[in-house]
Amino acid sequence: MGGSGSRLSKELLAEYQDLTFLTKQEILLAHKRFCELLPPEHRSVEESLQIRVSLEQILSLPELKANPFKERICRVFSTSPARDSLSFEDFLDLLSVFSDTATPDIKSHYAFRIFDFDDDGTLNREDLSHLVNCLTGQGEDTRLSASEMKQLIDNVSSRAGPGSQREGLGLGLKLSLPQILEESDIDRDGTINLSEFQHVISRSPDFASSFKIVL
Amino acid sequence: MAQPLNFVLNVPETPEDHSSQEPSPYDESEVHDSFHQLIQEQSQWVAEEGLELQQREPGPGGPETSGCGQHALPGPEDALAHSAATLRVLASMPSRTIGRSRGAVICQYYNRSVRLRRRVSRPELKGVGRSARPSLRLYDLELDPAALQEEEKRFLLVKELEGLPVAQRNHMLRGMPLGLAEKRCLREETQTPTEKQRGRQGPRGLFPCCGRLRDACVLALHSLGLGLLAGLQALKPWRHALKQIGGQFGSSVLSYFLFLKTLLAFNALLLLPLLAFIVGVQAAFPPPAPPGSVPSFMGLELLTGGGRFTHTVLYYGYYSNSTVSQPCVPPPGGGQCSREADSLPYSMPLAYLFTVGLAFFITCITLVYSMSHSFGESYRVGSTSGVHAVTVFCSWDHKVTQRRASRLQHDNIRTHLKELLAEWQRRRGSPSACGQLRRVAVRGLVWLLSLGTTLGCTVAVYAFSELMIKSPVSVEQEGALLALPVVVCLLNLGAPYLFRCLAALERHDSPVLEVYVAVCRNLILKMVILGILCYHWLGRRVGTLKDQCWENFVGQELYRLMVLDFIFVLLDTLFGELVWRLISEKQLKRREKPEFDIAGNVLELIYGQTLTWLGVLFSPLLPAIQIVKLLLIFYVKKTSLRANCQAPRRPWLASHMSTVFISLLCFPSFLGAAVFLCFAVWRVKPSSTCGPFRGLNSMYEAGKAWVRHLEEAGPRVSWLPWVHRYLVENTFPIYLVSALLLAVIYLHIQVVKGQRRVICLLKEQISNEGEDKVFLINKLHSVYDRKERSRAGRTQEAERLTDDPDAW
Repeated sequence: MGGSGSRLSKELLAEYQDLTFLTKQEILLAHKRFCELLPPEHRSVEESLQIRVSLEQILSLPELKANPFKERICRVFSTSPARDSLSFEDFLDLLSVFSDTATPDIKSHYAFRIFDFDDDGTLNREDLSHLVNCLTGQGEDTRLSASEMKQLIDNVSSRAGPGSQREGLGLGLKLSLPQILEESDIDRDGTINLSEFQHVISRSPDFASSFKIVL
Repeated sequence: MAQPLNFVLNVPETPEDHSSQEPSPYDESEVHDSFHQLIQEQSQWVAEEGLELQQREPGPGGPETSGCGQHALPGPEDALAHSAATLRVLASMPSRTIGRSRGAVICQYYNRSVRLRRRVSRPELKGVGRSARPSLRLYDLELDPAALQEEEKRFLLVKELEGLPVAQRNHMLRGMPLGLAEKRCLREETQTPTEKQRGRQGPRGLFPCCGRLRDACVLALHSLGLGLLAGLQALKPWRHALKQIGGQFGSSVLSYFLFLKTLLAFNALLLLPLLAFIVGVQAAFPPPAPPGSVPSFMGLELLTGGGRFTHTVLYYGYYSNSTVSQPCVPPPGGGQCSREADSLPYSMPLAYLFTVGLAFFITCITLVYSMSHSFGESYRVGSTSGVHAVTVFCSWDHKVTQRRASRLQHDNIRTHLKELLAEWQRRRGSPSACGQLRRVAVRGLVWLLSLGTTLGCTVAVYAFSELMIKSPVSVEQEGALLALPVVVCLLNLGAPYLFRCLAALERHDSPVLEVYVAVCRNLILKMVILGILCYHWLGRRVGTLKDQCWENFVGQELYRLMVLDFIFVLLDTLFGELVWRLISEKQLKRREKPEFDIAGNVLELIYGQTLTWLGVLFSPLLPAIQIVKLLLIFYVKKTSLRANCQAPRRPWLASHMSTVFISLLCFPSFLGAAVFLCFAVWRVKPSSTCGPFRGLNSMYEAGKAWVRHLEEAGPRVSWLPWVHRYLVENTFPIYLVSALLLAVIYLHIQVVKGQRRVICLLKEQISNEGEDKVFLINKLHSVYDRKERSRAGRTQEAERLTDDPDAW
């Protein structure tokens, strides 16, 4: 198990185990995989804790390669000023949030930050359309058309001022108008903030099991 | 003399002066880039504001403000047209900073730890400022500039954490969405000196002397412990295989293999008491051999279960009906006979009855617990609404690691989204009455055909079984006994394909409903066939095999059914998956592989498990055979999956379907087996020539005889017969308990209804607050707009005055 000499000390391991949702074996495995990304001369324990790995190298991990959100994930967890490199502790943070035992609370918190492409604290329409494009694939023929995107995201509020929506309602539309903003924007300000996002997530029991990355 | 324009604004200027003093999120390292430019412009503009008679343009704020000259109430979509100042205020709103700002997170967790310590659900109101929104009280963020700085809040949080016990503190730290470095700092600060001392010393305070030796020992043990942990991790069954399957096919197919693992656990749980108390004991003290020669081993025994296997621990008939190792003749109605001084008083009939009962009871408790646990995790109030948002936010499975599977996920999600949109469009249009009627008629017809097929299969099985009774099979022709199981397995294999063809006729609104309907039909078929077989065994076979060992026969029938079921599963995998893939690739030239039919395969597993539970009474080693069968099925299915199949295209709610499968395992499957067992124990006369209950009127009599024996034994154990008479034999306690359970369930339903109503009310309230917010934002925007225009007007006026001094 593991390379020679690259073992974490007992106190550090215990500390990491107390502060993250990972078990000792998972932390050791993470350390091993992290050291494999470093150049051979920097693989000692002390250096591995100080050195930062560039984004391209982290993105080359097989667990992240096929993930359309891989760049956002790395950026969210990176603590460097330019947000382009991860230290070992950032890597542990990433694995901890994506682990089996992490609470749905913390998973939804970080999921929100990953989906917030412009980092403004809310999911507005551009964020949502970017998100849908990530989900459907990046090719030109795989994206949803503009009208479909508008229909999916748009907020057809039943309380809008001008009369067009009221006329629409008058034509006998059913009660449920299923679009994303309509379903999740409770305070009707056109954006989804963290609490609304967590409320939507709480309705899906599959979220915790799908928001998992296992090394 | 013209005066310079003097605007009197009736809005406090405080938001502007806050550019340098307010502890805003902008000072942190995680500043969001989209506002960075605006902030720079803003601070530049504020610096220039002091020089009123500036000659040049109002600065970069000009083009910005000219863009928002529209006067109509801008809706939420026009947020970008707001002025920079409005945007700044918007960005520092608590609802937008709570997710990102470190200060806000610290505040939130400080309040949570206070709540934890004081056990108060709401923070006290006396410390709250002028904030009007109830949510702000919870986050304790003040809008006025006298608010506590982040540092002070952090200090308070540290003090709170120090007051918590260590485990709770670690739990709280673990759940905080902060970076690991931050958490380590907090932990460092909150550790008391004694804890640090203890941590440094380590748990081994037993060796106070020889510090170096102790350290070396500790290090060596540490390495050994790590090595052991790694070894255990590697030993965890199928961890790597399951990870590969999850990575390649996603959570849906993984749920089948997890269900298989669960079944293995159930069988192991069932097998342990049986091995310990019945099989082991009887194997150690074998009964006398029956008269006649022992048949030699032919290969056919593995299929038929008869021949050489008949008189072994495998079947009921082998077990003695007396105390073990005592070859005495038992008195009728009693299970014990006088024993010698040095033998164990181990009564085999009692042991058999109680062990089977105990094993079933443990299985029942475990099943009900896991079903309720699974239900609790997968059911959410209000989960049926809001499917678009849930699909977009929760449908990407991050476990998938292969490119091809990832592309498949993209396709699936896109198809699903398009289907949802199309369905919504369809629902918008008024549904025609004619179309509705036609749909109902088609569905009714398909159901009728399915039920008719089921009935036909049942009648076929019944007729065949009657035929088998009428033509008894001699010992040499044991192979002919395989006919009935083969017929049953063929019907079980063929009818689902027929159901699938029929289901292609009808069109359901949601794909999940299609899966439910298919599962329902298959389940009805299998359970009805099993029901007919049970009637055949307990109703007819008992009568025809009067002086032979009918329990052995039933045990052998179940063994045959299990083995043939396994063989047919292999055949189905071979033809359904491998051959179909070869045909579709070579002949039809399609690149797609066949889909892995999750529901069908899970139903197969449930059927196999039902057979095991039905047969445990008559063949105590059946769970061991089931374990072997499940292990082989795992590897066969895994190999076939990787080689031949792809993940299903339909969206699969993994946790929901897992709950459905565990419930199906509990309700028709286990309940049916329990009913069969109870009927066999209470009502059927055991055969008189074999088994531990020979000579009794029913198997239950052995228990009753023991209770009578205990009554005579003396007053010390008299509570047991009392319990037996008034709680087990009496029906009143059962009614009472059922009534209590129903009352509790009704109360819970009412509570859930009330909660739903409260959720609706709260949503309305939040919506109203949102309207307030939009109103205030627009008001703010109009105020800044006026200020901008007034400043622009003043500057223009100043320019005009400087250009044309004669105007004075």
